[in-house]
Amino acid sequence: MSEIKEKEFRVVTNVTVRFAGDSGDGMQLTGSQFSDTTAWIGNDLNTLPDYPAEIRAPAGTIYGVSGFQLSFGSEDVNTPGDLPDVLVAMNPAALRKNLKELKNGGVLIVNSDAFDQKNLKLANFESNPLEDDSLSGYELHQVPISSLTANALEGLPLSPKEVARCKNFFALGLMYWLYDRPLKNTEDWIKDKFKNKPEYVEANTKALQAGHKFGEMTEIFTTRYKVEAAKLPKGIYRNISGNEATALGFLTASVKSGLPLFLGSYPITPASEILQYLSSYKNFGVKTVQAEDEIAGITSAIGAAFAGNLALTTTSGPGLSLKTEAIGLAVMTELPLVIVNVQRGGPSTGLPTKTEQADLLQAMYGRNGEAPVCVLAARTPRDCFYMAVEASRIALKYMTPVILLTDGYLGNGSEPWRIPHVNELPDISVKFRTDPERFYPYLRNDNLARPWAIPGTPGLEHRIGGLEKADVYGTVNYDPENHDRMVKLRTEKVKRIANDIPDLEVDGDEKGDLLVLGWGGTYGSIKDAVNKARKSGLRVSQAHLRYLNPMPKNTGQVLKNFKKILIPEINLGQLAHLIRSEYLIQVEQLNVVRGLPLKVNDILEKINSLLGGGNGK
Amino acid sequence: MANSPEVVTQKYTAKDFTSDQDVRWCPGCGDYSILAQVQRTFPDLIQTNKEKIVWVSGIGCSSRFPYYMNTYGFHGIHGRAAIIATGVKVANPDLSVWVATGDGDLLSIGGNHFIHACRKNVDLKVLLFNNRIYGLTKGQYSPTSEKGKVTKTTPFGSVDYPFNPLSLALGSDATFVARSIDRNPKHMQEMIRRIGQHKGFALLEIFQNCNIFNDGAFELLTEKETKDDHVLVLEHGKPMVFGKNQDKGIKLDGAHPIVVDISNGKYSKDDLWVHDEFSDAPVHAMILAHLDDRPDLPSPIGVFRQVIKETYDEGIKNQIDKIIEKKGKGDLEKVLFGSNTWEVA
Ligand SMILES: Cc1ncc(C[n+]2csc(CCOP(=O)(O)OP(=O)(O)O)c2C)c(N)n1
Ligand code: SF4
Repeated sequence: MSEIKEKEFRVVTNVTVRFAGDSGDGMQLTGSQFSDTTAWIGNDLNTLPDYPAEIRAPAGTIYGVSGFQLSFGSEDVNTPGDLPDVLVAMNPAALRKNLKELKNGGVLIVNSDAFDQKNLKLANFESNPLEDDSLSGYELHQVPISSLTANALEGLPLSPKEVARCKNFFALGLMYWLYDRPLKNTEDWIKDKFKNKPEYVEANTKALQAGHKFGEMTEIFTTRYKVEAAKLPKGIYRNISGNEATALGFLTASVKSGLPLFLGSYPITPASEILQYLSSYKNFGVKTVQAEDEIAGITSAIGAAFAGNLALTTTSGPGLSLKTEAIGLAVMTELPLVIVNVQRGGPSTGLPTKTEQADLLQAMYGRNGEAPVCVLAARTPRDCFYMAVEASRIALKYMTPVILLTDGYLGNGSEPWRIPHVNELPDISVKFRTDPERFYPYLRNDNLARPWAIPGTPGLEHRIGGLEKADVYGTVNYDPENHDRMVKLRTEKVKRIANDIPDLEVDGDEKGDLLVLGWGGTYGSIKDAVNKARKSGLRVSQAHLRYLNPMPKNTGQVLKNFKKILIPEINLGQLAHLIRSEYLIQVEQLNVVRGLPLKVNDILEKINSLLGGGNGK
Repeated sequence: MANSPEVVTQKYTAKDFTSDQDVRWCPGCGDYSILAQVQRTFPDLIQTNKEKIVWVSGIGCSSRFPYYMNTYGFHGIHGRAAIIATGVKVANPDLSVWVATGDGDLLSIGGNHFIHACRKNVDLKVLLFNNRIYGLTKGQYSPTSEKGKVTKTTPFGSVDYPFNPLSLALGSDATFVARSIDRNPKHMQEMIRRIGQHKGFALLEIFQNCNIFNDGAFELLTEKETKDDHVLVLEHGKPMVFGKNQDKGIKLDGAHPIVVDISNGKYSKDDLWVHDEFSDAPVHAMILAHLDDRPDLPSPIGVFRQVIKETYDEGIKNQIDKIIEKKGKGDLEKVLFGSNTWEVA
């Protein structure tokens, strides 16, 4: 390399990058490091980790490819981006799997060292795409990442295998250079992560720095990009994933209510992280029971609720199926309990590592008998925090099970979060019953909640259980009139929660041609699509349900103000079904069930077609 | 239950533990005896703070038990008694948590929870009402029914082998394993006292006659003419003697128990196997649990084994205390703000 040429800086407002490589290549780490640094320098961002269900598929295979996409920008970023502008492919399989998604003319950075005969064959390439002209539609940069990493680490006491493992940091360093990000954050992370392995600290730091230096020295790259900090509201921020936000929400509810938190759970992707996070908060008195199965997870939580703890169980799809009977028990015993379902692709084992929203009807109805539960859904990774607090508040106030729905995309995805101070958050006051005077286990208050009288309280000894109980007195009762009354009371209790939740907000005009109504993790995609449609002059608004049972009281009114309603969902129309049957109105659907977030463009096209082909003003 | 000195209360009576619910088991059912022995024993066992007693059950005839006790009670769902009880105990280790369950409830649908509660040594006192039949669903065979059992669902006899609940509990490292019989009130009372005093996972299997669907299942062990020859009463530190005239004993030949006659001078009590409840090796209790397998050997009742080790609920609590001592009580604001933050001004 001769003289270093001055590189041109181009300012862009939004970029979508996808890192892809073998599951052993450390792509999730590279992606999350890039995200953390990007958040730290003030960009807004949104991420989509996309990894295979297999832990370490054989190297070089297409099914072993792991990816991490993120979108970042100087303006609001609501989704991880439909299609990447930049693809970093660590081997031919990663290229094969991801190329079709790369935007035309997009930047393609490949580890050219990995394009040998064996890998090309594993990825079904008949000829080397780096040598034929099949990649001419992209801005291709061939970087011998493996050998450059090896050069940079020469002389360090590492095996060739260990050296090879550092190449993701080289790639990361190069991307930091390309998008003008500092190395410091990652350098600190490396130091902390390998504190007991100084040789790894040195190697990974060197690889990172070598990648950065390479960008500067090489002539391959003539342009660098600048993405200015986003104009976010004032405050202290951190980057947070939905699962961590969920865990923190429950921890907060525990502190705010003064009740010890009890979590009974069985590991399952993509929900395990909530159990993992909460297991680390022992100094808050959090009790985590890793149970023998999901049934044990929820039933131990029911026991803990009876004994006076803030009780929680966390799971994903198949686990929720197993908890079904026990949720009915919690309905019958009218105990406070929160059930978190981080939804994944189903049915059955389905797509364990992919996202979906197909458990809504299960959450609403999936039990024997009339068994109403409150159902909430978070809409962004950071919203998981607030909905976890809210789920706890409702469960405790109304003595009811609450199902909180998040999903794989929300759980694993991350975004910047303006951290609230503890005193900004709502108080959750809980009063146990202690007075034996006129105590009856099913004597209800104004909210129809029964008293919470916990074992250990003198004079309040009583029995509850799954058999129908006499109104007020709580003794076993098979009387037909009593059952009819209790079925209706339990339902009415959940209905009345509507008096205690915020109205459904409309983003945009309150009246118009089209309302795009959604729930859960599709919020960002819908928001971007609606914004774009509005910019093109269409009269479109957005509303997003975070409370699904009961729905906000004004929901019917909101819907009436629009000529058409569109409900996009990652299922075959479950919210659409609920809305039709509850409000007796026509709704349009958009249903794409690919295990991935909805594409902004798909929603936009649907909006355009509903409003007459792009200019239905 | 600790007897706190400053609280001076009158001693409880059986009535204090009796709820106002009508007991609805079939007349003649062995469950009545179990309820009576519990209510009779509790005043000795629980001298203060009866509000700390919790009874948890699953589903079955036996699982109605909590409704009849004037204590806190939770009638759960089928099979889940032990794990609901685990939640109660972990949430508040100060409570004394008792479980009433049946052979179907504990060992069929609830088998998984059972072995894990044993393994974890959750401090629960489990009374297994073993009638070797499904009572509440009207007479299907159960996982403790003997092979060849003819019931409504096995009109030609069952082909599967039964569980031996005690051997299962011992194999899963339960820390207290005992057995009694519904028709032997004195013995059952003693066993209830013992289980009440144990700290850790405790199983008391009670042979319980279901006079409607499996009448006479334990007849040999309860009828006057046969019981002495078929029941071996285990007593710690004593040789294993049984028989109408106390003329027979169990001798260990390696790992093989044999019955010997101690009346004819060939063997004496000194040759017999001496029962050691606290034996380090679980094999002895295991051999005892399997005496039932052989018709020529008597069925033992009493405490098979008792060991003391940290309980699950204690372990959780101790860990929390230790971490709080080390790190200080958690500060929510600190955790929310984490380590990797930035400011937007
Ligand atoms: C999930 C579920 N499956 C099946 C049943 C039906 N059921 C109730 S009790 C029972 C078996 C009871 O036998 P056991 O546990 O031995 O108790 P017993 O009635 O003999 O005391 C069964 C199968 C149920 N209530 N719930
Ligand atoms: S069916 Fe059998 S176990 Fe059930 S109450 Fe009647 S006699 Fe007892």
